[in-house]
Amino acid sequence: MKTVGTRVTRQDAAAKATGQAKYVDDIQPSGAIHVATARARVPHARIKGIDVDLARSAPGVVAVLTAADVPGRNLVPLVVNDYPFLADGEVRFVGQAVALIAADTPEQARRAAAAVRVETEACDAVFDAREALRPGAPVVHAPDNAFRRFHVLKGDPDGAFASLCDVVVERTFETDHQVHVYLETQGMVAEPDGRGGVVVTGSMQCPYYVLSAVCAATGLARNMVHVVQSETGGGFGGKEDVPSIVAAHAALVCQRTGRAVKVIYDREEDFTSMSKRHPGWARVRYGATRDGKLVACDVEYVINGGAYVTLSPIVLWRGTVHAAGPYEIPNVRIESVAAATNTVPCGAFRGFGQPQVAFGQESCLDELARELGMDPAELRRRNVLHLGSTTSTGQEIRESCGLSAALETVLEASSWAARRPSLEGQTGTVRRGLGVAVGYYGVGLGAGGKALDRAHAFIQIEADGSVRVAVGTTEMGQGARSEMAQIAADTLSAPLEAVQVLTADTTRVPDSGPTVASRTTIASGKAVMKAAVPLRQCIEGAARRLLGGEPVADGGMLRCGDRSISFADAVAACYAERQPMSSVGQWVSPETSFGENGQGDAYIVYSYIATVAEVEVDLELGTTRVLDIWSAIDVGKAVNPDQVEAQIEGGSVQATGYALMERLSLRRGVIENPNLSSYIIPTTLDVPRIHAFFVEDPYSGGPFGAKGFGEVPMIGTPAAIANAVAHALGARPPALPITPERVLEVRR
Amino acid sequence: MSRLVTIEMTVNGKAVSLAVDPGKTLLEVLRQDLLLTGTKAGCEAGECGACTVLLDGQPVASCLVPAAAAHGGSVETVEGLAGADGALDAVQAALVREGAVQCGFCTPGIAMSAVALLRETRHPTEAAIREALAGNLCRCTGYARVVRAVNAAAEEVEP
Repeated sequence: MKTVGTRVTRQDAAAKATGQAKYVDDIQPSGAIHVATARARVPHARIKGIDVDLARSAPGVVAVLTAADVPGRNLVPLVVNDYPFLADGEVRFVGQAVALIAADTPEQARRAAAAVRVETEACDAVFDAREALRPGAPVVHAPDNAFRRFHVLKGDPDGAFASLCDVVVERTFETDHQVHVYLETQGMVAEPDGRGGVVVTGSMQCPYYVLSAVCAATGLARNMVHVVQSETGGGFGGKEDVPSIVAAHAALVCQRTGRAVKVIYDREEDFTSMSKRHPGWARVRYGATRDGKLVACDVEYVINGGAYVTLSPIVLWRGTVHAAGPYEIPNVRIESVAAATNTVPCGAFRGFGQPQVAFGQESCLDELARELGMDPAELRRRNVLHLGSTTSTGQEIRESCGLSAALETVLEASSWAARRPSLEGQTGTVRRGLGVAVGYYGVGLGAGGKALDRAHAFIQIEADGSVRVAVGTTEMGQGARSEMAQIAADTLSAPLEAVQVLTADTTRVPDSGPTVASRTTIASGKAVMKAAVPLRQCIEGAARRLLGGEPVADGGMLRCGDRSISFADAVAACYAERQPMSSVGQWVSPETSFGENGQGDAYIVYSYIATVAEVEVDLELGTTRVLDIWSAIDVGKAVNPDQVEAQIEGGSVQATGYALMERLSLRRGVIENPNLSSYIIPTTLDVPRIHAFFVEDPYSGGPFGAKGFGEVPMIGTPAAIANAVAHALGARPPALPITPERVLEVRR
Repeated sequence: MSRLVTIEMTVNGKAVSLAVDPGKTLLEVLRQDLLLTGTKAGCEAGECGACTVLLDGQPVASCLVPAAAAHGGSVETVEGLAGADGALDAVQAALVREGAVQCGFCTPGIAMSAVALLRETRHPTEAAIREALAGNLCRCTGYARVVRAVNAAAEEVEP
């Protein structure tokens, strides 16, 4: 019996439910010193001097470090290396790290950090992305505050808008920051390894990014730095690149003092200094024929990258590729830019540049439906990608395209055809609305991150038949560790309970690339399968000899007729025969491209989503409740259907927060609500009924046909909620989140 | 260093007596002095519920309770839920079985809030479960499976 496709219990659940699982703050090395960080209080300034004398003489202080104390290279290694671990000569945002203070207790470190005096000379600052791009704006990133621009051109959009379209609709849309609010804040522990190196343990998505960062900062060779992922209390992209900074800080203090070091951010520090979802602005224009066939699309897309480049170029690239929506459109132009401003650097967050523009693009499509006098579901039905379609980058969809099936699933489940017309003509102050949206998501890094898109896996079968699987991608709550165990067990014909997937640890697991872009299922899953195949051949060979015929795997047993042996028996035979019982697997991404005019096979495959949302809006109070979300995702193959539904449920609630509630308030770059009582995320009382569905249109390049999908709920769902609100109001909300104030504004 | 005060309390049924800094919270004493790290610090401002423990049977945000306020009291943490043989409490077992655990950081706090509810109300309505868990933030699950698990645990409790 195979475990893939069945609802198995997650292997890590019991340890978490009993409090046994060790998160970084649960590690308490004896004699550890604690680090607090002195941070910039102005948005843009030259540093004239840093006075650390008071801090250094404060009670309990062991060490104070500034940029001058970084022995290696003071730049976080990422796409473009411009972000210093500690501010050097200049600060570009409020909250930027300036000095590290280590003391015997966290309280002493915090007090001393407050005593660091930074003498600054103020520079002009700019906070809004579109203002930053105007000529004459204060320069944050030379020469013109553009971190990166992209351009996609397919067909002849100008000609098509001028002569082929019966109806053209154009609107502009905006979205705010979103904060990850992983329940566990950022943290790292660094300890001397007794041979001049350092062991860094903490909360992270990408151990090999952390390794590179610690080596850059300390100047240590890669084989002198040992990075271990502790149990990680949520990531959502917020633990992709920024743990590199936290880890480098911990390692620098460890290297300087020779002591065990702990850096744990409190919630406010985490809000103030760590990455966010980029605010977005989009102008979207669609043109169609009278019968609802999309002919042309033109999108201008701007994101606010904050003060340093970090991941903005690839966030922008992903947003650009998907900006026209999951439709077959012959003529497309997309122009995009990521702007530098004096605000906290934005980075990776579930959806990675897509949710912002998807909200605009799907809202605009609803406006087009209104102009056409057509049901918005019908307009989508006529235009969604199917086999043989080409995307806006000219990529032909050759397999695994379950978008139509996903759309029909949610339309039927929500009784759309009957329900939507029944809501017309409401008159009370509390009104219902039903909205639909679709989306797609290129799985993996694609042409924008080609160099990193490969994975390795090691498998070792022990003499007792237990199995160790090592992959460099991580568990952060999404269930990857358990999923990898299923893939390994089924490929090896081993019982699931015999398989353990190691915690990510750079001395024991290979570099499988970053745990991002919903890539683990395909990349690491395939690498695990490739490592397992030669081992399975050894085991089957041994079983054949023991059973005297062809073995068939069945629930952890190997059977031939009425004879059977256990997996462990077969392994024991392999050991007796001195066969190799460890193996390496490697997966390398199929070719992708993004050439002239942004044309090419941008991603290896896409996952698809369709969502219907029903909302209730109080026209007097401006409040909105989401009552129901029906969401279907084409996942290729559901490795664990329970976990697929759990991802859809959790993602739908994050999407609900993004659509309606979560508003980060910045004034001149200062975050005014850096806490959970004024930055509001959904509670048990705010969430809709979620009806989660999956469609399985298999991908030949994925393990058992599976594709990644963890980020996909963030793509279509906010737009579906916005479209439902627009339906209830009879007016279009131009910005997320749709707070009560904004509802009342739209009504006016 | 401020003057230490001696507090006596029972923690998971065991009597403990320790000298602590009066500025410390119950959360800090549990995690740092008693090494009971199952109770998590998510915000240290009473906003997220990750640090929920039971004090004299009532769920409290242990990050807001001065340790001295627990003097003479009875504290229950997630470590005290499972039986001596390691068998999970009904709520824990249901959270595991229903797939209600993802990153797990909020799970101990949720378990404590749910246990308190089920001791008070054997068969709560869904609305009562949502109300009881409203102070426990979770960013992974969307709560659907959490609510379902608490409901399932309630069904199992002998009348």
